[in-house]
This record gives sequence, C-alpha cells and structure tokens, in this order.
Amino acid sequence: MDSNKKTAPPKQNGKKRLVPTQLVSPPTGPQGPYKLPKNQHFSDHRRFGFSNIMLVLVIVFLFAPLIVVIFYSFNESKGMRWTGVSLKWYVQLFMESEALWKAFTNSFIIAISSSIVATVLGSLASIGIKWYKFKSRTYIQIASFLPMVLPEVIIGISMLIFFTAVKIPLGMFTIFVAHTTFNIPFVFLLVSARLDEFDFSIIEAARDLGATERQTLFKVVIPSIMPAIVSSMLMSVTMSLEDFVITFFVSGPGSTTLPLYVYSMIRYGVSPVINSLSLVLILGIMILALSLKRFLKTIAASS
Amino acid sequence: MIISDKDKRTRRLGLVYSTPMGLWLSLFFMVPLLIIIIYSFLTKGLYGGVELPVTMTAYKQMFNPNFLRVLLRTLWVASLSTLLTIVLALPCGYAMARSKHQTFWLGMVIIPFWTNSLIRVYAWISILSSEGFVNEALKTLGIIKESLSLIYNQGAVITVLIYMYIPFAILPLFTTIDKFDFALLEAARDLGATKPQAIFKVLLPNIRSGIITSVIFTFIPIFGAYTVPLLVGGKDSYLIGNIIVDQVTKTRNWPLASAFSLIITLLSTLGVLWMMTSTARERARLKQQPVKDRDDLQINGTAIIESSLKNSTGGR
Repeated sequence: MDSNKKTAPPKQNGKKRLVPTQLVSPPTGPQGPYKLPKNQHFSDHRRFGFSNIMLVLVIVFLFAPLIVVIFYSFNESKGMRWTGVSLKWYVQLFMESEALWKAFTNSFIIAISSSIVATVLGSLASIGIKWYKFKSRTYIQIASFLPMVLPEVIIGISMLIFFTAVKIPLGMFTIFVAHTTFNIPFVFLLVSARLDEFDFSIIEAARDLGATERQTLFKVVIPSIMPAIVSSMLMSVTMSLEDFVITFFVSGPGSTTLPLYVYSMIRYGVSPVINSLSLVLILGIMILALSLKRFLKTIAASS
Repeated sequence: MIISDKDKRTRRLGLVYSTPMGLWLSLFFMVPLLIIIIYSFLTKGLYGGVELPVTMTAYKQMFNPNFLRVLLRTLWVASLSTLLTIVLALPCGYAMARSKHQTFWLGMVIIPFWTNSLIRVYAWISILSSEGFVNEALKTLGIIKESLSLIYNQGAVITVLIYMYIPFAILPLFTTIDKFDFALLEAARDLGATKPQAIFKVLLPNIRSGIITSVIFTFIPIFGAYTVPLLVGGKDSYLIGNIIVDQVTKTRNWPLASAFSLIITLLSTLGVLWMMTSTARERARLKQQPVKDRDDLQINGTAIIESSLKNSTGGR
C-alpha cells in the first residue's frame, strides 16, 4: 500500500532512517550530492490516489440523488417507472401551482427583507468589533456565535415560546425576525473574515488626510469590504429560502413559505411537481455559486 | 491627553456600530433562551403554556425510560454518523486542498449543500421508497421481484444524515488542510516515515482544530435532527429532536420541551468551548512555544527541498 510505485526512492532513502543532521549539512558523500528523484517534489499526492478517488465518490454521492430527481422530472408518469419523456410536470409547475408560487413569493419577501437587515446589522457590528475595543465586546461575540452552533430545533422552539410569551401573533413578521436572527451570525463571520485581511493603515491615512469618521466608514471601509458584504447577503438569501425547521415553528396561518409547502407536498402525497421544482432550484443555486466563485473559499471558512 | 480623548471617541463609536446587532441578538436569541430556562422549572398548563408553582417535574420526567431510550439512540446515531462523516470527509478535504482546481471542488460541495434540504430528503425518499428508484431499477433488471424495504429504518436515517451533513465536515477540514504546509509530509517521508505514519503523526495532529470543528458542526446538528428521522425514519428511529417537537406540538408539555432544549443547549455550548479552547491552545502552541520536533521537521524539510531544487534542474 505504502510502496511508492511512481517515484521509486533512491536506495539511501530506503528502510534505513536518516539522521536529520546528515541531510542539513550538504551531503557530499561518495555518491555525490544528495539528490531527490526528479518528480518527488510535492509529489506524494497522486492523481488516482486514495484521497482523490474518495473525493470523486463523495461528490457522486452528493449529486446522485439530485440527478435522479431531475431525471424523473421529465418522466411522463407519476412513479419511478420510466414511461416516456414529457414536460407536463414543468407545465404544471409553472401554470397550475398557484399555492406554490404564493409560498415562493412569501419566501422571497422574507429572504430579501431579513437578509438586508441581517447584512446591515452584522456588517456594522463586525466593523465596530474589529475596529474598536469596548466592554461588551465578548458578550456580543458569544451572542453572535451561539445561534450558529445550536440545533435548529432549539432555536425554533425558543423563538416560538418567546413569541407566544410576549403575545406576538405568528406570521410573516415572526418568520422575518427568526430568519434575520439566524442570518446575522453568518454575515458577522464573513465580514469579520474580510476585515481580518484589511489594512488598517488605510484608515489612518484617510483620517490623516482629514476624512471624518463617517467619510472613512462610507468612502473607505465599506467600499473595500463590499465583496464580503454582497456575498454574505447572497448567502443570507440562500439560507433564508432554504430554512425549514425554524420557519416550521414560527409560521402562522397564511405565511406558508416554499420549504413549508414542499414539506406538506411530501407529507400529504408526493407529486412529481417537486421533481421539476428541484431542477429550477438547483439551477438557481448553480448560478448563485458561479456568481460567488471568488468567495467560495471564504464561505467555506465560515460555514 | 489627545490620545485618551481619541480613545474615548472610538470606544463610543465601536459601541454605536455594534449595539444594533447586540440588541437584536439579545432580544430575539438570548431572551428566548432565558425564557426556556425559566419555563423548564414551571408547571405544565392545562391548555399548553405554563403555570406558576416552581417545580423540578420536567427534569424528573426526563428520566422516563422511554425518553432515556431515545436519548441513547440519539447518542448512538449521532456518534456513528459523525464518525462515518468525518472518515469520508477527511480524504475529501485533503484532496481538495491539494487540488489545483479548489474553486471547482468547493462549488461541487457547496451546490448540493445549498440546495433546499427538503428537496434533498425528498430525493432520498424517491430513491429508497418501496416504489422508488432503486426498487424499480432492480425489478426492471429482474434481480428482485418483491420490493426491498430500504426506507423507514435506522440505516436510511444514518445514510441521509451523512448525506445532509457531510458538507459541514468537508468545508472546515478543507480550510484547515489548505493552510497546512505539505512540505512537512514530504519531509516526514524523506526522513523515513511510511505514508500512514506521515498522515497519522504529521498531518492529523496539525489539523486537529479542523477535525474538532467539523466533529462539532456535524455532531450537534445531527444530535438535534428533526426532519430526517421524521421523513425517512420509522417509529423506532425517532430521535430526541422529534421528542422535543412532539412535546411542543402534540403533548403541549412546554416545561419538558424547555428542559430538553436546555440540556442540549448546555451540551452544545460545552462542545463549542472545547473546540474554542483547543483552537486557542493550538494557536498559542504554534506562536509561542514551537514544538521542537515540528520545528526540526520544518527546518529539515525546507532544507531538503531547497537543496533538491538547487541540485535538480527540472522541477515539477
């Protein structure tokens, strides 16, 4: 397993363990200067090595169910037995699914509003925390971190109990509040990560050149972290559109969101319309991921 | 004088910037958690809600053997699926970090990750159900005549849980491994370590914080999972999340639901503290007290590579 077939190590590098000092001092032994075989630099990693095969297998595992669903969205009949190509589920999705699109509109309204509020609050706070030192800093940091790690069920239930206790009727507003709350931490983290790379001497320069606090904020800081702000907002929109568990608890009559609607479709009789909806949603996500190409690494670091 | 004035100003401004978020999270996150703590010590109301006498009833009810069984099952399912997830995710994170096409692979992990979770669960239902993809395909091929029961059991729950949460593990592992200096592996191999030795003694200890992060980000959500066991599990694969929700929506025993929630919150917080201290310790270790072996290894590794670069004309 561990025999390095491709590189065939030199004999002096075989089973005998080399003492480090031998290597550090220029080894000019009888065999001449120590040489690594040509393609051994950084080449422990082979193209068809174990880890690459695992990666491809896991990606296949991640995509296979989605591909099955998309494939069957073009099936003529209802079940999983292939009977012929048809676009009728798409016709049904776009023409005859009023309730679904109503739910989609609800989802969209909440996603846009909650992500705007979350982005503004989260970005401002991360600027405040990175830029200044003050007493309640630690508290705010903990409060912004916890919602990300608690199971969604707990957040949902605690919010349901809270809204009931203070007698706020459940509906669009409570969903908006809940989504803003779970979006804030991600914005905060993403913008903070960007601020970590920020060169604060630019701020000092702006100040020295006579910029006021406000000018510095709006003309220097915000423009330079704009990419992070935009990507965190798009991420918030995605997470808001996607959330089921928390929404499930804080929604009321008339405030069905798309995930809630899909849930009821799954629970009370599966309809192939979900298949066609899947393709539409996956295409949307793909476009989003492509437009966020530059930030995928930052997003990976903060999720 | 001037400096202290300036300090005061900036201090106030920092607070101004952070207060809106601080207030929002306090009101809509911290206060609800406090309410849960209080509710867990109250008595169940007749029509849902809570009533006054302060009791420990909720905590006593938790020791009901039924709940304990579910708790044990949840621990078992969460541990097993987290373990499998990490074992699968580690090589993926490694391969992605070493790949030249990092963005492509990240996209491949993130696209299914961002796809609506219910759609993903639904996809599994349509694959595993008795008239689902697998059964129909096997029947068409003539391998089976009767449908296999692939869904509504614990195996299905674990498979789908791994499916749902593996991106949570891959992403932090990728981030940590990406920062790892692969020359160290090279150096270890050159110093005579076998490949497994290099991985277990050099790579894994150096990415410890990433492993802990991904364990926590998979274990905690799986521990509180609700949708997956509800939709692909049978009665015998209900997890603690389902119990809590039933207490809220069906039995209307809010004190008990609060007590369960509180325990899970405490466990999650402990896990996160563990993660944070181990990350901080690792950072401190790398900054202040470079461990001798590691340092030696790095020096030697660099020396070997430098000398080899000098000596060989054509690199990769």
